[in-house]
Amino acid sequence: MRHLLSIADLSKAHAISILDTATELARVSDGAVKKLPTLRGRTIVNLFAEDSTRTRISFEAAAKRLSADVINFSAKGSSLSKGESLKDTAMTLQAMGADAVVIRHSASGAAQRLADSQWMSGSVVNAGDGTHEHPSQALLDAFTIRKHLGMGGSDLSGLSVAIVGDVLHSRVARSNVLLLSLLGAKVSLVAPPTLLPIGIENWPAAVSYDFDAVIPHVDVVMMLRVQQERMTDLFFPNAREYSRYFGLNSERMSSMKPGAIVMHPGPMNRGLEISAEVADSARSVITEQVTNGVSVRMAILYVLLAGGALEAGSN
Amino acid sequence: MSSVDLLINNVSLPDGKVADISIKDGVITSVAKDSKQQAETVVDGSGCVALPGLVDLHTHLREPGREDAETVLSGSRAGVKGGFTAVSAMANTSPVADTAGVVEQIYRLGQEAGLLDVFPIGAVTQGLKGESLSEIGAMADSVARVRVFSDDGNCVSDPLVMRRALEYIKKFDGVIAQHAQDPRMTVGSQMNEGEISARLGLKGWPAVAEEAIIARDVLLADHVKSCLHICHLTTAGGVEIIRWAKARGINVTAEVTPHHLLLTDDLASSYDPVYKVNPPLRTEADVMALREALADGTIDIVATDHAPHPTEAKECEWQEAAFGMLGLETALSIVQKTMVDTGLISWHQVAERMSYAPARIGRYEQQGQPLVEGSAANIVVMNPTQMWTVDRDLVLSKSSNTPYHGQQLPGVIMHTFFKGKHVLNNGVVAQNGAR
Repeated sequence: MRHLLSIADLSKAHAISILDTATELARVSDGAVKKLPTLRGRTIVNLFAEDSTRTRISFEAAAKRLSADVINFSAKGSSLSKGESLKDTAMTLQAMGADAVVIRHSASGAAQRLADSQWMSGSVVNAGDGTHEHPSQALLDAFTIRKHLGMGGSDLSGLSVAIVGDVLHSRVARSNVLLLSLLGAKVSLVAPPTLLPIGIENWPAAVSYDFDAVIPHVDVVMMLRVQQERMTDLFFPNAREYSRYFGLNSERMSSMKPGAIVMHPGPMNRGLEISAEVADSARSVITEQVTNGVSVRMAILYVLLAGGALEAGSN
Repeated sequence: MSSVDLLINNVSLPDGKVADISIKDGVITSVAKDSKQQAETVVDGSGCVALPGLVDLHTHLREPGREDAETVLSGSRAGVKGGFTAVSAMANTSPVADTAGVVEQIYRLGQEAGLLDVFPIGAVTQGLKGESLSEIGAMADSVARVRVFSDDGNCVSDPLVMRRALEYIKKFDGVIAQHAQDPRMTVGSQMNEGEISARLGLKGWPAVAEEAIIARDVLLADHVKSCLHICHLTTAGGVEIIRWAKARGINVTAEVTPHHLLLTDDLASSYDPVYKVNPPLRTEADVMALREALADGTIDIVATDHAPHPTEAKECEWQEAAFGMLGLETALSIVQKTMVDTGLISWHQVAERMSYAPARIGRYEQQGQPLVEGSAANIVVMNPTQMWTVDRDLVLSKSSNTPYHGQQLPGVIMHTFFKGKHVLNNGVVAQNGAR
């Protein structure tokens, strides 16, 4: 595996080996010395052409724990904000000898353009491209679900997951639908019809407009962020009505199965798609998702740059 | 034995008969078997098909304003290479072709190039803004004699503006060529809305945004009894509306581009913007409906929508890239591949849809004439049994955004004659205005 662009490029075995590698690496992170020498001398560039704090620092921490040199290249204050093209940026990174580029970009397909072009030769990791995919987020979500609810097996078969909110514009939803179904989970998408894409029929997921009908039957409720700009573009009448039908509050949470968990990729709009009580409740694994993010991203860089999965028990 | 300027020997005519075509003083003087005439230049047409010079009703020549992408001269050369003897320069230049001055400038640049007829299309509204009518009468009465008016690139979306335009052009025997795209339904749209756009996370461009405008405009054309032409039809639903309108006797014509006869929206999966085009590539079912409609005459013509763009406009992220693809040099090959080699239409029908009918719609005199004695000698000679490979580095257009790079296509264009001038000789374009 050279790039991680889309979950669609992963086989089930690939996905499981990344999760298993992350499990091994998490043990290292729990130890006194958090660093591994694996990527010493390798250069990883975080090319963030769109604002993002948590994903960037998560990748940065992951690369540093593997002893890689990290260069952060963000939109603000860089040549990207001066209108430099993706091609010129990529050629610059190539000239600097980047072994891998972790790219966050507002254009769907930007990561694939970088990987398919002749502009650079390093590995490309998609850290979120427009409304297309966010594969490392889906992997950390699957990792978190497996850790909490996995029935001892390596995959997620037997589990049921509801993804709730703005599916139309969500790269997190697209990657999760592909990955969770690949790992054997049953996925339900819950959203107002305006926020579901036309052409969704062939996705490996059920679709519902009725959150209350779905919530008692699932093991995981994954809430999606509602972007501010959706409020004014006719997708729903107003924030209160959205919240009434599709928000996760204490009352709705009370109908969840025992042991079922609440997830959110962040950043949250407290009071809109998720109430503060739910976000801070015992069912919420939201901060743990962040912790797991580092281990999973270490695993991704490990598999791409060190050439293979980490076997259990090795170090 | 009389002497003529040019003789094309043993060539197949659109109806399949083999004959010799003689040309003198820019006019066809005879079309006969074994004419035994003498000529300064003799072209062996054995194994080749002769068609009336192709007429493109939809061409972006980019001059004035974007001479880095194309000029009237470079576009003329590309046209001649593709077998065209007339092209129609779309109005979305900079400045916009919305005054007599600009259309006359484009017309003169075409004459100076001297390789084919360049007929300027006038903008319907000032600055293509869709608000107030441009100087339609002044353009119609100018040296350029404009008869086709279009805001192409933009839709004349205001129904009242469209109604007035349709009414007003009746005075000039004109036609409004509508770019059917509801602007509100397509804000930021990137590709056909459907299964592929859902997966790729690219903003969808629904078929209904095209069909709603077509439906409205055929009703308007009926109401005011005027001439409407629908540019680049792409959907099966649009075909149904045109079929209905024609059955009702509404004066509407429609075009399809070569790329919409062949390419589908799944090509966007590469995120390579060479496949980004307005209107977008649609589904396989739409492609099949378009082919059928072109065969049965519901769609009247093939028009290229030749849209050159400089490299940097395509060498970027999909959503940043410009819309459009080259078309002049590959049009006839794509039509052969999708329509002739599939048995859907004959060469005679190719002549109708790529020469006679577009010349009729554009009111282009001396173009779109059958290959008979007395017609202007606008002729293309092509070898339908030979294959060629498209190479974006070898195109004559100033730009290289062809979606067919590396593809093998049927049909090699050998010769083009424009008013008797030998403007393409064995695949090589003549210098400006040379014989």
